Amino acid sequence: MKVVLRNPRREVEVHGARTVGRLLEELHLARESHLVIRNGTLVPGDGRLEDDDTIEVRPVISGGFH
Amino acid sequence: MCRGPAVIDLPRHNANFCAEHLQQLCRRQVTKAIDDFEMLVPGDRALVAVSGGKDSLAVWDMLLELGYDADGLYVGLGIGDYSDDSGRYAEAFADERGRRLLTVDLRGEHGYDVPTASVATRRVPCSACGLSKRHLFDRAAVDGGYTVLVTGHNLDDEAAVLLGNTLRWDVDSLARQLPSLPARMGMPRKVKPLIRLTERETAAWCIVRGIDYQVEECPMAAGNRHLGYKETLNGLEAASPGAKAAFYLGFLDRMAPVLAERAADQVIGLSSCVRCGAATTSDADEPVCAFCRLVEVASAHEPVPVGMVVGRRARQARR
Repeated sequence: MKVVLRNPRREVEVHGARTVGRLLEELHLARESHLVIRNGTLVPGDGRLEDDDTIEVRPVISGGFH
Repeated sequence: MCRGPAVIDLPRHNANFCAEHLQQLCRRQVTKAIDDFEMLVPGDRALVAVSGGKDSLAVWDMLLELGYDADGLYVGLGIGDYSDDSGRYAEAFADERGRRLLTVDLRGEHGYDVPTASVATRRVPCSACGLSKRHLFDRAAVDGGYTVLVTGHNLDDEAAVLLGNTLRWDVDSLARQLPSLPARMGMPRKVKPLIRLTERETAAWCIVRGIDYQVEECPMAAGNRHLGYKETLNGLEAASPGAKAAFYLGFLDRMAPVLAERAADQVIGLSSCVRCGAATTSDADEPVCAFCRLVEVASAHEPVPVGMVVGRRARQARR
């Protein structure tokens, strides 16, 4: 599957179906700070991703001074 | 039992949520925050500080959905393409909702931008940016006749600030770290309705509601201390879901009352800036507020390109 990462924007190819939770683990990304989107729709941690999917892994942490 | 397709797992609630129930959860948490801290009352005219990011657009959207009268304010910070894109997201949201978006352009109206202010004043960019925004938000709210200023600070923001203040035992800042501050000395009432929602939840709100927002991180924020605190807290959250809420909401429930007297003392110590009239902690005979001092120095400096500051920050981060 094609996985689009952000900040900075880049793409990686991952082979084989797996869950969202597993994908994030393999990419060493924390679940609490990311959302996974397929075709504009959010997919939960136990959602299954297929080999022909295009996935966006979107970080949700924003910085700045308060 | 909900049969809708789950869109998000929320470990702190030990459940998956469909899009409809996620929105219901967010509305309930925001309503509870507003009620618990008397943030908004019927008849309020709210001004939402809008950056074009997920939190400010989410809080604006939620307030409109809950029936509040809320306009937006966008400050053009002059951070290159990032600012241009952010402004477009804010404008698109306002246009879609038919709401008014006030705008202030730092370079056009005050003669400087954030990269230049950072270099001219030797502050980190986030400090120059925060100082500018706080002052301009206050002024726009008061000048526009708004009764309350709303910001999109979420649970992660507040927990990270709390961690920083606690690590330094900065008691004055701890005493001020409240989600609802009353109007005083030329400053509007200030409220933070998203304090019970994590930023993962506010981002999810935007996605299920079809709100386009600025996903890219500000190029100048990379590596700042605030982000480090958030990562630390998310590590705790992963091991113990609900840890962030327990930390921050427990502070509000049990520690903030202990510090209330200290917070009241700080209001007594304020005076008015001789140039703009804003409240200031300066105790000089002719006090000048931090914003006016920043404008004086930054507007006299030649413009600094964004890339110069970003490059400098990157080199500092590698050391």
